[in-house]
Amino acid sequence: MTSPAPISDPREVPRLDPAAVPALSIDGVSHAYGPRRALIDVSFNVQPASFTALLGLNGAGKSTLFSLITRLFGIQSGGVSIFGHDISKSPGEALRLLGVVFQPRTLDLDLSLTQNLLYHAALHGISRREAATRSAELLNRIGLSDRAGSKVRDLSGGQMRRLEIARALLHRPRLLLLDEPTVGLDVKARADIISQVRQLVTEQGIGVLWATHLFDEIMPSDDLVVLHQGKVLAQGPMSRVVTEAGAQDVNTAFMRLTGAQTMPGGGA
Amino acid sequence: MSSITTRDTPRGFSFAEYMTCLAGIVWREGLRFLHQRERFVSALVRPLVWLFIFAAGFRQVLGISIIPPYETYILYEVYIAPGLMAMIQLFNGMQSSLSMVYDREMGNMRTLLVSPLPRGFLLFCKLLAGTAVSLLQVYAFLLIAWFWDITPPSQGYLTVLPALILSGLMLGSLGMLISSGIKQLENFAGVMNFVIFPMFFASSALYPLWRVQEGSPYLYYLCEANPFTHAVELIRFALYGQINWISLAVVASCTIVFMIGAIWAYDPSRGLARRGPAGGEG
Repeated sequence: MTSPAPISDPREVPRLDPAAVPALSIDGVSHAYGPRRALIDVSFNVQPASFTALLGLNGAGKSTLFSLITRLFGIQSGGVSIFGHDISKSPGEALRLLGVVFQPRTLDLDLSLTQNLLYHAALHGISRREAATRSAELLNRIGLSDRAGSKVRDLSGGQMRRLEIARALLHRPRLLLLDEPTVGLDVKARADIISQVRQLVTEQGIGVLWATHLFDEIMPSDDLVVLHQGKVLAQGPMSRVVTEAGAQDVNTAFMRLTGAQTMPGGGA
Repeated sequence: MSSITTRDTPRGFSFAEYMTCLAGIVWREGLRFLHQRERFVSALVRPLVWLFIFAAGFRQVLGISIIPPYETYILYEVYIAPGLMAMIQLFNGMQSSLSMVYDREMGNMRTLLVSPLPRGFLLFCKLLAGTAVSLLQVYAFLLIAWFWDITPPSQGYLTVLPALILSGLMLGSLGMLISSGIKQLENFAGVMNFVIFPMFFASSALYPLWRVQEGSPYLYYLCEANPFTHAVELIRFALYGQINWISLAVVASCTIVFMIGAIWAYDPSRGLARRGPAGGEG
């Protein structure tokens, strides 16, 4: 199979000055589960039409951050905005511009591919007819048209992920969050998904926040946010972060940055 | 860094969008229910066991005098039918909240909660969907019961509908409220024992309350205070084309209280937040 074509509608590209409004703005966010502090004063932006990698080990706070951005948890301190819409004050407007692929699979395994997409469209208030058109289009673009009526249960891991990405794009968001989307996939499926998402950035102008702990998924041109034990240790274009850490590659840079941090209680 | 306001003006959501969302949630719940045949079967078998076996056995033990809404002496089976209808809804309400706990553990809940529509509305849709499923079960039960000579007046099948919707919402929102307080799936069995059985037995589902009063006045007051009793009585009267106003008032107010409680508990800044990350790593 050739690599999947971009799967969003080019007509929907936002006409905003990228410098004016970040796609995602995290501003001084802290979060604690009882005494355990999961995020400590985290601030960074994701620009429209950019690929921002959120790099951190398991337990760094990536999933907590995703839960805050998606309003699964309330924000304890700090602020999160999506294209200028504060997630606490106008969640509806903010969530409308947001597509998410969570780390755990969130598809209905017993429903068909189309049924999963239609359900998601309904949750966004997209009329049945429009939803059917968009679903067919998206399934075609991810190369799963012939499976439209099969149960999701019968898909491979990579196909499920592609379906989840298609689903996240169904309401034509301008910001896409992906939480470790390639975990557990084989090399081919990983490469497909990465190229698919990168195409969305370059061709559709979607801002992407890609959480990962896999260094080889990050390219020099990406923006990088290094999260460790709930704190942002470095951020900026990857090449700059690497240089500033006095390293040759992102792997070494990450080790230097996190190695410099001794563990002040509470493991990663 | 603070963000700058976009030129987008908030456009809110149209009525059509709300209705699309509601229809989608009910449709998905219906599909899931149809896929779980064993759930449907067990939802039917449970009340039928009570009807065919328990009621048949108890028929001779318990004599039922003429009490409203009945106008003649009735068989015990006829008496407990409304109680069993409410029991179907009680189990269904608890089961759909069980599936919410499951969805939360498995991550499916996130799909619902990242919808841009107001969360209270989403939960209300979820409740309506659960209630719709319970209606399918109750009417299937009524159909089978009809062959067992439980034959309420034919317009009763229609007049009972609003009562069933209200009681379904009450029991569903109670389940939802309970589910918000449950951390893990395993804890649910305990809740079933502490909620379903006491609610069912301390009610007018199996015996008229005047009989209970003869036996134990305290139990009688407990039964009177039990919202499930009023769900049963609301259904019983509605099935015979009458309205039990006290039960209606109790069920309606309990529905409002439980629903507000559930929506409050699912508010991101409260209930869920204290619980730590769901499903994923910390």
